Amino acid sequence: MVEAKTTSSLLYLDGITVSFDGFRALNELSFIIEPGEMRAIIGPNGAGKTTMMDVVTGKTRPDSGDVYFQQGRHDLSMLDETQIAELGVGRKFQKPTVFEMHTVEDNLLLALKNDRRVRSTLLWSSTAPQEQRIDEILETVRMTALRKRVAGSLSHGQKQWLEIGMLLAQEPQLLLVDEPVAGMTDAETHQTAELLKEINKTKTVVVVEHDMTFVRELGVKVTCLHEGSVLAEGTIDQVSSNDRVVEVYLGR
Amino acid sequence: MIKAFPLTRLLDRSAAVFLVLLGAFAIAIPALNLLTPDDAALHVSTYLVALFGKYVCYAMLALSIDLIWGYAGILSLGHGAFFALGGYAMGMYLMRQIGARGVYANPILPDFMVFLNWPELPVYWYGFNYFVYAALMVVLVPGLLAFVFGWFAFRSRVTGVYLSIITQAMTFALMLGFFRNNFGFGGNNGLTDFKDILGFNVQAEGTRNALLFISCVALAVSFLICRAIVSSKFGKVLIAIRDAEARTRFLGYRVEAYKLFVFTLSACMAGVAGALYVPQVGIINPSEFAPGNSIEAVIWVAVGGRGTLTGAVLGAFVVNYAKTFFTSGVLAPYWLFMLGSLFVAVTLLLPRGIVGTYEFWRAGRHERSAAALSAAAEDGVQVEATPPARQAAE
Repeated sequence: MVEAKTTSSLLYLDGITVSFDGFRALNELSFIIEPGEMRAIIGPNGAGKTTMMDVVTGKTRPDSGDVYFQQGRHDLSMLDETQIAELGVGRKFQKPTVFEMHTVEDNLLLALKNDRRVRSTLLWSSTAPQEQRIDEILETVRMTALRKRVAGSLSHGQKQWLEIGMLLAQEPQLLLVDEPVAGMTDAETHQTAELLKEINKTKTVVVVEHDMTFVRELGVKVTCLHEGSVLAEGTIDQVSSNDRVVEVYLGR
Repeated sequence: MIKAFPLTRLLDRSAAVFLVLLGAFAIAIPALNLLTPDDAALHVSTYLVALFGKYVCYAMLALSIDLIWGYAGILSLGHGAFFALGGYAMGMYLMRQIGARGVYANPILPDFMVFLNWPELPVYWYGFNYFVYAALMVVLVPGLLAFVFGWFAFRSRVTGVYLSIITQAMTFALMLGFFRNNFGFGGNNGLTDFKDILGFNVQAEGTRNALLFISCVALAVSFLICRAIVSSKFGKVLIAIRDAEARTRFLGYRVEAYKLFVFTLSACMAGVAGALYVPQVGIINPSEFAPGNSIEAVIWVAVGGRGTLTGAVLGAFVVNYAKTFFTSGVLAPYWLFMLGSLFVAVTLLLPRGIVGTYEFWRAGRHERSAAALSAAAEDGVQVEATPPARQAAE
């Protein structure tokens, strides 16, 4: 506990174990993310990548282990999704989940950092700085022309981008991005890598991804998970030349 | 852009049309009843005035269901309970107004209590001789029940069909309770034989017209409250909860607080509807709690079009008019079959309901050209891989 309180890391996971009906989705998982870092997390199916995100965002409570946020100031295992989101952890889901009935603009408006209480949303009215912020985000994710479109009518890639835009609007300190380029074309994948690098200039980002070309393009430290714990950590070249990694990915 | 409280936000085109029509209805029906001679072609009989007054109360119940079902995705199959509780609160006031004019001529005790040999008025009947107190209870009792019920249900994240089932259980349990004589609400027979309300004879023509008019005003006010809610940012959050509840939570919204607020408000609205209903039909009994009643109210909303507000009102009128029409003729034995097939037909053929389908059709005509435009814009957006704009995030 003492080391947790004095850690310099933004996100600190130590000995996290989560079991579902006896199956250990996470097994003594430990790693830390430093402020301002971008980290790619890879691993075969069932390695525990999504469960790890569930633990950090409060969807799943760990059976044992510590999760600390912001230099050990907050114990995330004691908080629920809403509280963790308020602390500044934003999440993009594996399957793009935007509000399909709302326009692109309204999706961003709902995500925009703001007072989330009932009374304030009832009496809320738009302000110029907020309108401007929405314009900026639309520009960043290059959806200005689509602002009035209903989100449900967007293509898969556009929904992924809109969701990244919503993450930006939340102004979180830590972004958890689950498979951002799944189902994207090569050009879109490249654009997404550029976008994440741009975001990383001001925010800490954790990307879970299968696509190795994409991970290589990001050019950041890689953590490989396997059976719920860390198998290897290092640059993409170090990790991909690791015998154990090759073995779990390709089989014997 | 959401502005604080300008009228333009509350009154879009269909809302304005609705209010004008409702206003015309509220003036025309009493006028045709009171000012035309009985044998005139356009004369509206007092029977019809009471019938329309009943429909207006049903429409208010439908509106309250649409607010939670159409916008927040909470399918309550027990909303009739809040309607009936509001009705009982009003019924208790009307009972106390009878005074010594009852069959047993007891100045304090209602007839059924004398009949049951109750020595004195139960404590929870105190205060109901004052209209203001009764009016307060009309709103508070359903509101409090909804708050407590919702607090437990929404915090435990009971959603979807499970929530619907426990709302059914709630109204069923209340029905069984109110059927019991020792519950103190007239048991099986409920409360009836009302004499007057605020000093006016409930049977009188003038009172009936006034009640219809007041019901229309209450419906208009409820409608405006609903409009204010759904056109605010709060309304956008509700729709977000309806479509992707987990996502809304991860955005940092306290979903249970939103649901609890809107559910409680909706129950209060249903309570007021019930309170206006009772003096117009002249009786309130435990069958108002019957699960079937609540389900029927949901059908009105489905037929009119959920998530449209005006549709809920239209649905309540259309289905209830059909009910009145078909249950009074040779077709009477088949009404339930017709109601059932109506629900099946709407679900299969008209899933958006009457108003929803109309709005979709109108929006479609605009959208086809807009869609072509934005498709062209899209081609320009993502043709090549260029570095994204600078202001990614500050």
